[in-house]
Amino acid sequence: MVDKTKLVVSFAPFWHNGNRVTDRSLQIILAALPAALFGVYRFGFSALSVLALAVSSAVLWELAFTRVAKRPVSVGDGTAAVIGLLFGMMLPANLPWWAVITGTFLAIVVARQIYGGIGANPFNPAAVAVAILMLAWKNRMDFDTALVNYVFDFSAAFPLAAAKALGANAVKDLSLADLFWGRQAGGIGTICGAGLLAGGVYLVLRGIIRWEIPVSFLLGVAATAAIFHAADPVRFAPPAFHILTGFTLFGAFFLATEDSSSPVNFIPMLIYGAVIGSIAVLIRNIGVFAEGLVFAVMVGNLIQPLLDKIRPKALGKVA
Amino acid sequence: MMTKKPFWGFGNPHLEHTPLPAGLERPELVPLPQTMTLIHRRPAQDKAVPVLKLGDAVQTGQKLSLYGNADYVTSPATGKIAALSTAPGSFGRSETAVAIAADPQDIFDGEFDSTCRTPSLELARMFLSSVPGQPDLGRLADPERPIKTIVVSCVDEDILVVTRQYVLAARLADIQRGIQVLKQLTGIEDVVILTRREALQGHGSIGGRVMGVDHRYPAALPGLVMARVFGQIVPAGRTSEDKGFCFLSAEAVASIGTAFSTGRVPVVKTMTVVSKDGRIRLAEARIGTPVGDVLKRFGVPVAEGDRIVIGGPMRGTAVFSLDHPVQPSTDALLVLESAAAAHASDYPCINCGECVRVCPARMQINLLVRYLEGGKYEDAEESYDLHSCVECGLCSYVCVSKIPILQYIMLAKHELARMRSTETSNNG
Repeated sequence: MVDKTKLVVSFAPFWHNGNRVTDRSLQIILAALPAALFGVYRFGFSALSVLALAVSSAVLWELAFTRVAKRPVSVGDGTAAVIGLLFGMMLPANLPWWAVITGTFLAIVVARQIYGGIGANPFNPAAVAVAILMLAWKNRMDFDTALVNYVFDFSAAFPLAAAKALGANAVKDLSLADLFWGRQAGGIGTICGAGLLAGGVYLVLRGIIRWEIPVSFLLGVAATAAIFHAADPVRFAPPAFHILTGFTLFGAFFLATEDSSSPVNFIPMLIYGAVIGSIAVLIRNIGVFAEGLVFAVMVGNLIQPLLDKIRPKALGKVA
Repeated sequence: MMTKKPFWGFGNPHLEHTPLPAGLERPELVPLPQTMTLIHRRPAQDKAVPVLKLGDAVQTGQKLSLYGNADYVTSPATGKIAALSTAPGSFGRSETAVAIAADPQDIFDGEFDSTCRTPSLELARMFLSSVPGQPDLGRLADPERPIKTIVVSCVDEDILVVTRQYVLAARLADIQRGIQVLKQLTGIEDVVILTRREALQGHGSIGGRVMGVDHRYPAALPGLVMARVFGQIVPAGRTSEDKGFCFLSAEAVASIGTAFSTGRVPVVKTMTVVSKDGRIRLAEARIGTPVGDVLKRFGVPVAEGDRIVIGGPMRGTAVFSLDHPVQPSTDALLVLESAAAAHASDYPCINCGECVRVCPARMQINLLVRYLEGGKYEDAEESYDLHSCVECGLCSYVCVSKIPILQYIMLAKHELARMRSTETSNNG
């Protein structure tokens, strides 16, 4: 007698550890929220509207593109929302709506979907979008110009711009604790070091980002800044200042760690982080931009395929 | 039962080979079924005509060579041949299913008994290649790859499986006899008994050096045992035999021992049975018994949509029917509810690198999988170490995109082997 119970056949392994793309996206959003919400507290309703517009337009661009290109609809995995949120966090709080929407178009469609979508983007989409906006609308993206109408109970000057224009003395009175707790001018979600550090450490401990990248990134920033500072303490600010201002902590935990554009092997991750960190300081100290970290991230992304050639020898590999 | 990533998922997953549970009951003997099925390899040519016919009488332990060549199966019972049919094997292989209508009374075939007084390796190959544990005895006599060391593997290669550990604990005398016979037949003096680390003590007397294997999955796989226990690196694409090491399971060695001491070819397979709740039990069934009968013996309910896996959760093979027979290599039966089994997806690789960091063979799987998805098997082989894979399945286990990476790798290896054999036959 033939048993008619219908069984399901699938292939090994029959276990899975439960990792999901959607979960990773949600965890990254969760980890970014403290710093993002602090920005809303600091800059008010306009910051909230920039973030909301960035997230929603990123999701809509993704949806629109996948529809037009007849690709599977992928907004459910949350990666478009992550890109939108991270992009929004780097913006000045009063960036006009059309610039935000253009930015998310650049991030989602230009930097990601035309390369093939998730996992195929060679550069960090949020970094690409910010970089293009910085070149296209210099004044809109300049924190000193953009935030001119805000009144703070601390110095409203963008610290990195001040250090670049006037040397280390201009920023030597800034308290590091103030910088760490977000009493500084900058992007919506990049000013609160405490929130970024907490979110970043959370992601490392959850196994969503790799510790090697942020650690070597921050060491790269510190080492390069220390060399400059030692060479000319009047002109160049000390390492701690560089770590707590601009996009440094945000970049270390949220930009450089983007899966698709970062290496996966141990030594390449260390080199990659250190390269981005040191180029970021080079741009700040002797480059054109007061804060060119997104360009440094893109340089890191650019060399990533080359770096990942440094790999351990596979088991049984001859010669 | 399925191990999930812990909340603080820092570092690699920690999966362990399952130890023999304390106080595990003796194996349940599954009653002789009315119909048993043997899976016989078909020769390459399409129109092979079986030598045996329907209605031919067979005896327990009788060698059945369906196509008259060196391949054979061993009849697990006395009875008549009830059906011969083509059965699909993995990766499109064609096999012949031989159904035997079994009588309740055993009559043992005397052919082996009459010749086994003068043991030889040739004799063992002629009669014992499909005994429980499925020893590939041809590997012991390959003049091109001389064997220096016989490794008696008393560790189970997959998680949840405890069959070999049980055989070591329960059939020490048979293993000892088997080792003695193998030494005599092959002239190989160096025998290693591979056990879990904590079981190192107490097995020194059975005729070999005892060496311990780590608990952490997949340490018990031969490729990793070679590297970590013996310090021998098997070149990618080669086997342990190329380095002079031949792995035989504890049960295979015990079967050889039993065969020569009793004069009967063993036909009862020991298995680990894991039910949906994760409970581990042992069963003994004749080879050819439908897996449904084994599960019925334990009262394991099987519902529509369940998976029945031959082997363990990381490396096993799912079968589509409860009629699928127990085979000489069936070390475990695992029943999984649909919700408890992993589901693959066609999502692209996001390059998170989890697979790269978990791979015991240190392969660049994130890059490899891109070639495999595109069917670029030769590039995968040349540039991305396809043949270094030890087939542990950890890459698929951790894959965020749930890509069936192990399946892609197996398919690639199969396709390459098929291409090579076609080329050889075309050139010949």
